[in-house]
Amino acid sequence: MKSKHWTWVGWPLGALPLAWITMQAAGGQLGPDPAETLVELLGWWSLVMLLACLTMRPAAQLLKVPGLVIWRRTFGLWAFGYVCMHFLAWATLLLGWDPSFLGEELTKRPYIIIGMLAWLALWPLALTSTRQSRRRLGRKWVKLHRLIFPAVLLGVVHQSWVQKSGYGETLIFVSVLLILLLYRILHGRNMIRK
Amino acid sequence: MIIRHKDPSAPKSHEITPESVYLKRRELMMLGGLAGLFSAMPAWGREIKAVDEEASRPLWLKDQVARAIDGAPDTDETLTPYADVTGYNNFYEFGTGKTDPAENAHTLKTDPWTVTVAGEVEKPGTYALEDLLKGQQLEERIYRLRCVEAWSMVIPWVGVPLASLLIKLQPTSKARYVAFTSLADPKQMSGVRSPFTGIDWPYREGLRLDEAMHPLTLMAVGLYGRTLPNQNGAPFRLVVPWKYGFKSIKSIVRIELTETMPETTWNMLAPDEYGFYANVNPAVDHPRWSQSRERRLPNSFFDPNWVPTRPFNGYDEVASLYKGMDLGKFY
Repeated sequence: MKSKHWTWVGWPLGALPLAWITMQAAGGQLGPDPAETLVELLGWWSLVMLLACLTMRPAAQLLKVPGLVIWRRTFGLWAFGYVCMHFLAWATLLLGWDPSFLGEELTKRPYIIIGMLAWLALWPLALTSTRQSRRRLGRKWVKLHRLIFPAVLLGVVHQSWVQKSGYGETLIFVSVLLILLLYRILHGRNMIRK
Repeated sequence: MIIRHKDPSAPKSHEITPESVYLKRRELMMLGGLAGLFSAMPAWGREIKAVDEEASRPLWLKDQVARAIDGAPDTDETLTPYADVTGYNNFYEFGTGKTDPAENAHTLKTDPWTVTVAGEVEKPGTYALEDLLKGQQLEERIYRLRCVEAWSMVIPWVGVPLASLLIKLQPTSKARYVAFTSLADPKQMSGVRSPFTGIDWPYREGLRLDEAMHPLTLMAVGLYGRTLPNQNGAPFRLVVPWKYGFKSIKSIVRIELTETMPETTWNMLAPDEYGFYANVNPAVDHPRWSQSRERRLPNSFFDPNWVPTRPFNGYDEVASLYKGMDLGKFY
C-alpha cells in the first residue's frame, strides 16, 4: 500500500462535517431541540463515514487512484469517532447519564440495542487500525475487519427504526450499501488479494 | 462533563417567565406585540417571510382573528416562542424534515379556500372558509401540544370549537364519527410529490363524534394572535390537545360525518404503532420508544428539559369519554 503525499487530506475531509455541526451548534442554529438534533446529525454522519470507508476500495480501483485505499482507515476511524460522539451526546445531553433512563433505553429499546451492537462491532476495528496490528494479525486482520459489514447493516437498521416514518434517507443508505456489496461480490477475489 | 442539577422540583432558569411579563402577556399580544415576535426570531429572512404571508391573508380572516376573545382553559406554562412554533414542524406534505415545512410551505395557496362537508349532515355542501366561519366567535386557547415523537410545545391557538361548526352543519342521527382530509396537491406541496414519505395521500384523520363535540376540540385558523402560517396548517386545521399531534390534521379541505370509523393515515401506515384514538398516555409506550416523558421545547444543550407526560396530556376532563375502555388496547 503506497502512501501518496496527498493522502493526509482525508483527515481534514472527515473533520469537515464535525466543523460544520460545531459551528451550527455554537451559533444556536440547531433549532428548538438542539441536543436531539445534534445526536441525529452525529449519527447520520457516522453512517456516511462508514459508507465512505467502504467506498474507498472500489473507488481506488474504478478511478485507478490506488492511494485512495488508505482512506479506508481514515474514514473508518472517523466513523468510529462520529459514533462515539453520537453515543456521548445521547448519553450526556439527552439522558444526563441518568441510570434509570439509561437502563430503560438499553434494555427496552431494540433500536438502541442494535445501535450499541453496531458501535461495539467497531471497537476491535478501531483498536487494530494501526499498521503494526495489521502486520501482526495478517490474514486474521482481513477477516476481523469484515465486521464492518454487520456494523453498517445494524447502523442502517438503527437509523430506520428511530424515525416515525419516511424512508427517504434509509433508502439512500440501503442503496449505497447494496451497490457496494454487489461490487464486492462481483470483484470480491480481487479485493481480498490486493 | 456536564454536572446535572438533581433537584427535579427546582425550576430551570429558562422556564421562568417574569411575572410582570406573564401578567401582561395578553395585552402584549393584543397590542400586536410585534416587537416580542421579532426578537424571538433568529433570522431576518424568516421574519420578513412571515410578515409577507400575514399581509397577504384575506381581510375578513385577519379581522376575525383580531377579534378573538380569551377562551378557557388557560395555563401558566411558558409559551413556546413563535419562531419555534413556526420553524419546527411535522407537516409531511412539505417534507419529512422538521424545518422543511417552514422552508417549503410558501407555495401553498390558502385563499380562496373551500371545505367540502359531506356524509351524515343535514347541510352538506362545499363551503368557502369565510362562510363556514361566518358569525363564529374565535377564541384564543393556550394548549400543550404533545408530539408522538416525545417532544412538546405550548401554543396559543386562535380558533373556534369544532362543536360550534358541527351544530350549524347538523349531523344526522346516524353520524358517529368525523373524518377529515387534508389538501394533497402535488403542484403546491413538495412532500406530496416526493416518493419517499411513505404516506398514502391525502392525509386523513378522524374523531369519534363525542370527541369532536368536546369543548376542548378546536378548529384553528390562527396562532399568536395572527392567522396560521402555512407550515402550521393554514388556513384551517384541527387541534385536539389531549391526543398526539398527528391527530391534529392540517390544511383541511373535507369534513365528512360517517357511521363507521374512518381510516386514518398513521394507523394505515403502522397500525401496531399508531391507533385511531392516539390519546396521550404515558402508560402505553410507543413500540419503539418511551412515552413516559417528553422534551418541552425549546430546550438547550445543557438541559433537554424533560417533563413527565401526563394522561390525556393533562386534560383530565376528557377521561369520561373513555370510561370503561381499555386504553392499552385502544391506544
